[in-house]
Amino acid sequence: MIEVESLSKSYGETVVLDAVSIEIARSGVTAIIGPNGAGKSTLLSIIGRVLKADGGRVSVDGLDLAHTAGDVIARRLSFLRQDNHMTARLTVRDLVTFGRFPYSKGRYTPDDKVHVDLAIDYLDLGNLADRFLDELSGGQRQRAFIAMVLCQDTDYVLLDEPLNNLDIKHANAIMRLVRDASTDLGKTIVVVLHDINMAAAHCDRLLVMKDGRVMQHGTAEDVMKPDLLSAIYEVDVSVHPIAGRLVAVY
Amino acid sequence: MSPEARRRRVTLAFALLLAATAVAVVAFMTLGARGNWSFVLPFRGVKLAGLVIVAVAIAISTVMFQTITNNRILTPAIMGFDALYALIQTVLVFTLGAIRVSAMDPRVIFAVETGLMLVFAGLLYRWLFSATVRSLHLLLLVGIVFGVFFRSISGFLQRIIDPSEFLILQDRMFASFNGIDQSLLLIATVIVLACGAAVWRMLPVLDVLALGRDHAIALGVDHQRAVSVTLVLVTLLVAVSTALVGPVAFFGLLVANLAYLLLPTARHAVLLPAAALVAMIFLIAGQTILERVFAFDTALSVVIEFIGGVVFILLVIRGAAR
Repeated sequence: MIEVESLSKSYGETVVLDAVSIEIARSGVTAIIGPNGAGKSTLLSIIGRVLKADGGRVSVDGLDLAHTAGDVIARRLSFLRQDNHMTARLTVRDLVTFGRFPYSKGRYTPDDKVHVDLAIDYLDLGNLADRFLDELSGGQRQRAFIAMVLCQDTDYVLLDEPLNNLDIKHANAIMRLVRDASTDLGKTIVVVLHDINMAAAHCDRLLVMKDGRVMQHGTAEDVMKPDLLSAIYEVDVSVHPIAGRLVAVY
Repeated sequence: MSPEARRRRVTLAFALLLAATAVAVVAFMTLGARGNWSFVLPFRGVKLAGLVIVAVAIAISTVMFQTITNNRILTPAIMGFDALYALIQTVLVFTLGAIRVSAMDPRVIFAVETGLMLVFAGLLYRWLFSATVRSLHLLLLVGIVFGVFFRSISGFLQRIIDPSEFLILQDRMFASFNGIDQSLLLIATVIVLACGAAVWRMLPVLDVLALGRDHAIALGVDHQRAVSVTLVLVTLLVAVSTALVGPVAFFGLLVANLAYLLLPTARHAVLLPAAALVAMIFLIAGQTILERVFAFDTALSVVIEFIGGVVFILLVIRGAAR
């Protein structure tokens, strides 16, 4: 379980997180949704340890992030941010192998190689494994980074806007993959999304944020309500059941 | 490129670099040698050792600096390190006088310079690499501004200094591979070896740091600590090379980028030795050409800037064509 207690963060006068307290249960996919500037990525970055909070605490399985060694956390929780620019010239296999760093600290064992091959197969990257990252398309590169995160073999996976700049086909494929990784491999995945319909269709729980606060945390039925969504996004939203799903129209 | 082909390419490139270094060393030691070998070999051997130490220090410090900044155009020199060196020299001569500075033990001056540069790097770069300030452009700007600031103070002091002292100062600050200070060679060797051992231990961490701050943290690296340690090592190595031969701005950039180009790998266990070999080839072959072809008529830094400039333009053109 990820426990967040009265987490706050501000940049100068602007409050980005206003004493956020949430609990994310073990297993399942949780989507964080909300308008731009709601604090979604900030919240995820603080849980992912790349950003320091001004106050409050975060713990994963009872381990306080502030007082636990980095490699211990890295074996439980992985984080992938949205913009993955890379200066080093790496092949897909090189990148995925880095996922084993928290375990073997650079002295990669045959066991690590098994994990790397599994992750590459799971993301169907077999024929791209020896290509350099700068020779891949956006969707392929995103899959390579997700393979690295899966290779890290953590119970918790945080993905910050993994669907950015992907077309419908690739976005759908990544979302289905996230879904399967949670179901097949028993991972707890927290993902920041912009598309509320995508979130409602593929995620077990939705966490709705606005102005640095959590407005609602529940299932798609709890969140996909016209009044709530209209208030959150400040546009008229209606919700319709289509093909067994709740679809928001705006 | 298949893993086998890549490994072959790396091995081949490494073998070629080693061979070229060996050729350069043999040429440097034997070409134009007249008279007693028992004089020639130790005499040139000491010079060679100096060149090797400088090459290793510049190559390793540049590659590591580029790794922690995730940028292949930044070098310690661009970030104001060489300007700080010039400032320290100027202040020393200005306050103590050229005669007293020349009379001082070079090891004392070296210790003072290294200490000041470490303090500078510690103060400036720690917050630049901290979580709040992460913009590369800000880093570059601050580096350039500090460089200009240091150069302006040096320039001001040099204008009001005694003209004869200015000449001595100018001589001290010009990059010279000829008159490597031999009293510093031993301590420089010790420092470079110690830094090399520290770098060796953190090679896998350097590989992870090259992925960028966020990935490094997500993979469990104590980023701030690793960057601080790397910066201390970079500062020590830059201090060694500047103390031995003076500031060289373009050289590190050149050898680091040549190493990236020659070796299709991101592993520092390969990149760092390769960059060091490239640097040795340039310095040793350059010094040989300088001594034998130009008969000491020009400075090695000029030769290197010339070759380096040509290679760099070729790199840019090839990069644009691809």
